[in-house]
Amino acid sequence: MGTPEHSKPGGPEEVRRLADALRQVSAGRRLTFMEVCGTHTMAISRYGLRQLLPQGIRLVSGPGCPVCVTAMRDLDTVVALARLPEVTLATFGDLVRVPSSSSTLAAERAQGADVRVVYSPFDAVELAATRPDRQVVFAGIGFETTAPAVAAAILDGARRELTNFSVLSLHKTMPAPLRALLDLGETAIDGFILPGHVSVITGSLAFDFLAREYGVGGVVAGFEPADVLAALVRLAAQREPAVAIEYTRAVRPEGNTLAREVMSQVFEPSDAEWRGLGTIPGSGLVLAPAFRQFAAEERFSVDPGPSREPRGCRCGEVLRGLIDPPVCGLFGKRCTPEQPIGACMVSSEGACAAYYRYRDIGE
Amino acid sequence: MSTDERILIGHGSGGKLYRDLVGDVFVAAFSNPVLDRLDDAAELASPGARLAFTTDAHVVQPLEFPGGDIGTLAVAGTVNDLATAAARPLALAAAFIIEEGFPLPALRRLCASMGRTASSVGVPIVTGDTKVVQRGLADGVYITTTGVGEIVVAHRLGADTVRPGDLVLLTGSIGDHAAAVLAARGEFHLALDIESDCAPLWHLVAVALAAAGEDLRFLRDPTRGGLTTVLAELAESSGLGIEVEEAAIPISAPVQALCDLLGYDPLVLANEGKMVMVVGPESAAAVLAALRAHPLGRRAAIVGELTEAHPRRVALRTAFGTRRVLDMPIGELLPRIC
Repeated sequence: MGTPEHSKPGGPEEVRRLADALRQVSAGRRLTFMEVCGTHTMAISRYGLRQLLPQGIRLVSGPGCPVCVTAMRDLDTVVALARLPEVTLATFGDLVRVPSSSSTLAAERAQGADVRVVYSPFDAVELAATRPDRQVVFAGIGFETTAPAVAAAILDGARRELTNFSVLSLHKTMPAPLRALLDLGETAIDGFILPGHVSVITGSLAFDFLAREYGVGGVVAGFEPADVLAALVRLAAQREPAVAIEYTRAVRPEGNTLAREVMSQVFEPSDAEWRGLGTIPGSGLVLAPAFRQFAAEERFSVDPGPSREPRGCRCGEVLRGLIDPPVCGLFGKRCTPEQPIGACMVSSEGACAAYYRYRDIGE
Repeated sequence: MSTDERILIGHGSGGKLYRDLVGDVFVAAFSNPVLDRLDDAAELASPGARLAFTTDAHVVQPLEFPGGDIGTLAVAGTVNDLATAAARPLALAAAFIIEEGFPLPALRRLCASMGRTASSVGVPIVTGDTKVVQRGLADGVYITTTGVGEIVVAHRLGADTVRPGDLVLLTGSIGDHAAAVLAARGEFHLALDIESDCAPLWHLVAVALAAAGEDLRFLRDPTRGGLTTVLAELAESSGLGIEVEEAAIPISAPVQALCDLLGYDPLVLANEGKMVMVVGPESAAAVLAALRAHPLGRRAAIVGELTEAHPRRVALRTAFGTRRVLDMPIGELLPRIC
């Protein structure tokens, strides 16, 4: 999350002008671009931007919805922690309704588990400070956008010598899954709309390898319709693949070094399992040795048991950009935001939820 | 619902879960022709006057927020439900559930604002009840108000009376109440200056009725579930489609900023001082002018139109000329992660 953008770019006329420019620049070519970030996926659907694109241009969603890429086993662990009688589980709201193998945090809460939605990891630290009788576990989820704040919260907890605060770090870091996707080679991608919020922290330089090693360009974009279209115009116009910034009002090539320092003080890279992509070396963040006493997985021994992927759910293929959500046989039938089967249908940033909530009127 | 299902927070949020609960539990147990209409206020068969009857339970945290408190809310909520039946409020009853230890000065403050709000629309609070529960069994104070009103028009309003070509009016900006309460909770550490729109709307509705007469066909206050839920329900129960113009929907800059920040859709945020009206096209201009001349309707706007195209569905035309479906929200509003 950032600060409110007081000067939003691009009203309807700017958007129309950019759509025309895209038509000219793409000149009827068939091009597939992947929007990596779930917030982009939502914005594209919510504003109906596909309707403004020339026919040859296809947008596919990528692995940038934090809840969606969380492995089933990790979701099961969160639920298992919430079931411990001494534990107050604090988490961002997006996780509350996501189906694990056999439950959701919402269902656990209704059955008596102490599950609290917090808006900042610091709220979880506060909760621990005011409730010394409870073990407050924060389920840390998200990319470079949320990890620095969680790191700062852990430093705060350490400073206050809290022994009843811990974090289950399920954080993941961004460039790695794009490399994994390109290595798989199953999705033909002509360019990436790169995540705006993540890039505030990582900087655009972190994505330079896309052009250098894989010959695929990328543009870091903001979240307004004009941002997305401007990024597409720049991607379509690239003669040589390059990584560029459209979201200049927030992102610098070198990113936010201070935030990254806090992150690397508290966390260290680890292998992490991604739904749809499998285990990606060095793509997760666990607590560094100096902070291991705040690691929930060490403080509590929980065995979530064998995890089960929902039958027929094609979340994994959606997250790799292989299929559009409506191609899944469950989409809109057995799987709806009301009765979600896969995380992509329930998260507010999930591709399936975006396609379903903001579908065409279909007269 | 199966035997191991439990009440979730989402069941109280005014969306699909809430509607399922009402249908599967309450209507299933109490079904009768008046209840089954599921209007905000029921019309009572009574000799002489046509009476409207409604009740509304109020729980809100914090109890006091910029622009109002649970007292103003308790009066406005019930008066506005009566107003949706074109009923002038005649009398209110109020029941309080108070947590042991609740400060008396705070209770006096809440009751003072209840009294002020009630007299502003000329409705007396004529009876009531009070229960005190042990500390921890309630969160401060809950207030339930019940209201009786006199229906002042001869024609019947309702979703089944709207026609293709009718226009949808909204009496002001959306999302102010939900945004004010969210900001007042302090959980987001936001310094946004947002006031709840909490207000009784009987006078505003009376002005519209005077301007439209029988052309005013449907009234609904977009509380929980917001504008989207009202429109989705109207489309469903009228069997017609609705075209909505996003750019025409008034929204204040701080509410928009809060939504951008948290990933909320302002169209599903609760309002406590707004009314959605469906008006025949011939009277729409007159109603709009009358609303805008009233202090509570200055930002009134025509936001949509009933249509025979896409029956039972609401289409939103965005400011960018694209179109998409407008769907009822599911349950609990949850902020996004990144």
